[in-house]
Amino acid sequence: MAYSEKVLDHYENPRNVGSMDKNDASVGTGMVGAPACGDVMKLQIKVNAQGVIEDAKFKTYGCGSAIASSSLLTEWVKGKTLDEARQIKNSQIAEELALPPVKIHCSVLAEDAIKAAISDYQAKQGTDSASKSA
Amino acid sequence: MSIDLKQNYFTLFGLPVTYAVDRAALDHRYRELQRVVHPDRFASAPDQERRVAMQQATRINEGYRVLKDALARGRYLLELRGHRFDDERNTHQDSAFLMEQIELREDLADVRDSRDPFAALGAILARIGARLEALDTELGAALAQDGIAASALTAIQRMQFFRKLAHEAEELEADLEDGS
Repeated sequence: MAYSEKVLDHYENPRNVGSMDKNDASVGTGMVGAPACGDVMKLQIKVNAQGVIEDAKFKTYGCGSAIASSSLLTEWVKGKTLDEARQIKNSQIAEELALPPVKIHCSVLAEDAIKAAISDYQAKQGTDSASKSA
Repeated sequence: MSIDLKQNYFTLFGLPVTYAVDRAALDHRYRELQRVVHPDRFASAPDQERRVAMQQATRINEGYRVLKDALARGRYLLELRGHRFDDERNTHQDSAFLMEQIELREDLADVRDSRDPFAALGAILARIGARLEALDTELGAALAQDGIAASALTAIQRMQFFRKLAHEAEELEADLEDGS
């Protein structure tokens, strides 16, 4: 399958690969996997006192589209508030990367990963508002 | 002998509709069915009959592929019970399980740089094999209950991750053996 140029760019030069201390109270960790293809994604965010995402890191074991989806997502969430980051939809990622229909699940994985990271952070802060988000 | 294409695979192979499958009976019945629909027997038959025999052969091959494989059989059984898998949207979020997956993938990535790559890979393959075996038992227990147990769906998902890992480990093994 032919990857789009944007996918190739993120795949060859992934942004923000790495790990943060998952025990740090200002770090939220989201782990998700796609059983269908076996891809596993870990996405971490560092949130400041104002509720803004200062930094994001990811580690993804999977295909080029999964790596590109998580790489792009870490770029997008930096500087965003948690509520803004939670609004990101997989369809926006899929559109930006021009993912073919069979690779849509890679963008679903990225959307679920950021939501899980935000929930993890909020649970740590004792202000878990995941239940009231749409 | 005619073969009803609408029969489920278990019935087609004369087996009870259960996760546990008598492999010898399955293999035996497969060879029997293959003989019945073998193209050679329809070489001079009318087009219509030949087409039907070919459809039957396809159905038999597909049934055999599904029934002899634990994961495919488990999924098929759940589908017979009315479950619809949505692979495109379905994600797994058990952190501890996924952490283990990441660790195993990291271990796999480190194999080439280890002092004894074959020993390192062998240990990983053994671990994957043991986990798959345990999941097979778990899935069997979960599917022994009627209906669509959440534990069955979880076991299926976990099996899929370990299958993917096993596949990657086997590819690496082949590469190492080729000296590449």
